[in-house]
Amino acid sequence: MSLDLNNIRKDFPALQRETSAGVPLVYLDSTATSQKPLAVIGAMNDFYRHSNANIHRGVHTLAEEATALYEGAREKVAAFINAPSARQIIYTRNTTESINLVAHTWARANLKAGERILLTEMEHHSNLVPWQILQTERGVELDFIPVTEDGLLDLDAYKTLLARTPKLVAFTQMSNVLGTINPAAEMIRLAHQAGAIALVDGAQSVPHFRVDVQALDADFLAFSAHKMCGPTGVGVLYGKEDLLESMPPFLGGGDMIKEVKLRSFKPNSLPYKFEAGTPAIAEAVGLGAAVDYLTEVGMDHIAAHEHEITEYALERLEEIPGVKLFGPSADKKGGVAAFTLEGVHPHDVAQILDRDGIAVRAGHHCAQPLHEKFGIPATSRASFYLYNTKAEVDLLANGIYKVKELFG
Amino acid sequence: MDDLYREIIIERYKNPSHRGRLDPHDIQFADNNPLCGDHIEITLRTAADGTIEDARFEGHGCAISQASADLLLDSVIGKSLEDVRRLNKQDVLDLLGIELGPVRLKCALLSLKVLKAGAYGLGEASDELVE
Repeated sequence: MSLDLNNIRKDFPALQRETSAGVPLVYLDSTATSQKPLAVIGAMNDFYRHSNANIHRGVHTLAEEATALYEGAREKVAAFINAPSARQIIYTRNTTESINLVAHTWARANLKAGERILLTEMEHHSNLVPWQILQTERGVELDFIPVTEDGLLDLDAYKTLLARTPKLVAFTQMSNVLGTINPAAEMIRLAHQAGAIALVDGAQSVPHFRVDVQALDADFLAFSAHKMCGPTGVGVLYGKEDLLESMPPFLGGGDMIKEVKLRSFKPNSLPYKFEAGTPAIAEAVGLGAAVDYLTEVGMDHIAAHEHEITEYALERLEEIPGVKLFGPSADKKGGVAAFTLEGVHPHDVAQILDRDGIAVRAGHHCAQPLHEKFGIPATSRASFYLYNTKAEVDLLANGIYKVKELFG
Repeated sequence: MDDLYREIIIERYKNPSHRGRLDPHDIQFADNNPLCGDHIEITLRTAADGTIEDARFEGHGCAISQASADLLLDSVIGKSLEDVRRLNKQDVLDLLGIELGPVRLKCALLSLKVLKAGAYGLGEASDELVE
C-alpha cells in the first residue's frame, strides 16, 4: 500500500508555505529535523492551554493531568520500540544527551584505562566526542570499524576488531550522510559473543523504519523526538533494565532522588533516577503525539514510501553529469542522498537551490571524519521523509541543472 | 536570482587572479571557517616600508569565500599593511557588491580575517578583526 501523500502533506502546516512569493517550499532536510504535523503542534498547544502543571508530586487536578500525559507518552514510546517496560524509557534532551548519559554513567562506572570502545568511521560527532572525552579522561582506547568505498561497514574488519575485546560497541543504525542501514541485529549478536555491550544510535533509524529493541537485543538505543515529527528538546535513552539499574545517576537534583539528607541521597527508581529537574513536559507530550501519528500512518508504509523516493532520487541525480553520490545503492540505505557537484561548492549548491524553495543541507553534517575519509570537505544532502514526493525530487534535479548552468 | 551570484563572483571563483602561494613570503596566515570547512591561506610579499608588493591565496570553499579572497587581494596590492589593518566588513561587501545574511557573511569575511591577522602578526585570528 502506498501513502496518501495529499492527505499526509495537509497534516504539515509548514509544507503549505512559500519561501518567497510564488515559490512553494520543497523540504528535503528531514535528516536534520523533520517538519511537525498538526497532531503534534495541537497536542503541545492543548497541553499549555489546558493541562500545564509541573509533574509528579503535585496533587491538584492539573498536576495529575500533566503527569498522566507525560507518563502516557513514555508508555507510547515504549510500545513504539517494543521495550519490555516504560521504566526503560529515559527522557533526555536528544540523542546526543542520551549517548552522553551512557558515557557519564555506565562508562565511568565500568571502563578502566586501557579498556576499549569500538565505534565506526561513519559516526555522527555525537557518537564520537563523548567517547573521545572519556579517552582523554580515563585512558580508554578507541577503535573504529572502517567504511568501505561504497559506504558500508567492513564487517570482516569488525570481527577482527572484536578480537581486541572491547567492552562497548557503539554504532549508528543508519548513517546521516551515507544513508547506510547497518545490520544492527547481526552486529549486536557479534558484540555480545565477544563479551561487549552494544549502544545503537537510532537518531536516523527510529523515525524511518520499525525498530524493535528486543528483536535487536540492543543494550542501549538513543534517539531524538525532533527527527520523528516531534518537537525539539526531548530525546530518549532506552536501556536494558539490569544495566540501567546498575548505573550510577546522571545529573543530580529534584525528581531523581528517593530521599535526600544534608550529606547524602538515595537515588530514585527507574526511569526517574536519570531525570533530574523539571523536564520538557510539553515536548514529551508532543513526542507521544508524534508516536501516535507515525503509528497511525504505519512505519512499514513510511519505510516503503521512502525507499521508493530514494530509489527515484538516486536515479535522477545519477544521470546529472558532474554529480557524485556518496553511500550505497538504494536497497542498502534510507532516504538520504549526499552528493557533490563538480566545480561547485556544496554551500553554493544549497544556496542556489534555496532560491527555488528547495531546502537541502550543505556541510559535513556533523560527520567530519567521514568526509575526510572520502577526501571532501563537504557535501550537499537531500533527505526524504513520509511527506516527500517524486515531483519534489524532479524539482531538485531541475534545480541542480540550474546550478550547473549558472556556474557554466 | 543573481544578486548573490553576480557574474563577477562566479568569474573570480572560476578564474581567480591571485590564487597560489608566494615562496618566499614575508607574511603568511591561514584559517578555517569551522561551520563550513572553508579554508583560506594568504601569503604576502612586502617592501621595507610595509607596502604590499604581491599577494596570493590558497584554499577551498564556496564561491563567496573564494571570490572575496581574490577581490580582496586585488584591492590591497600596492597598499600598505597599515591600510589593511583599517579594512572592515563593509569594505569586503563593497567589493562583492552584495548583501549577505549572517551565515554567508562568515564565508565572505574569512579572507579579511586571515589577511588582518597576518597584517597584525597575530597568533590566532578572531572575529573581532572583521566587525
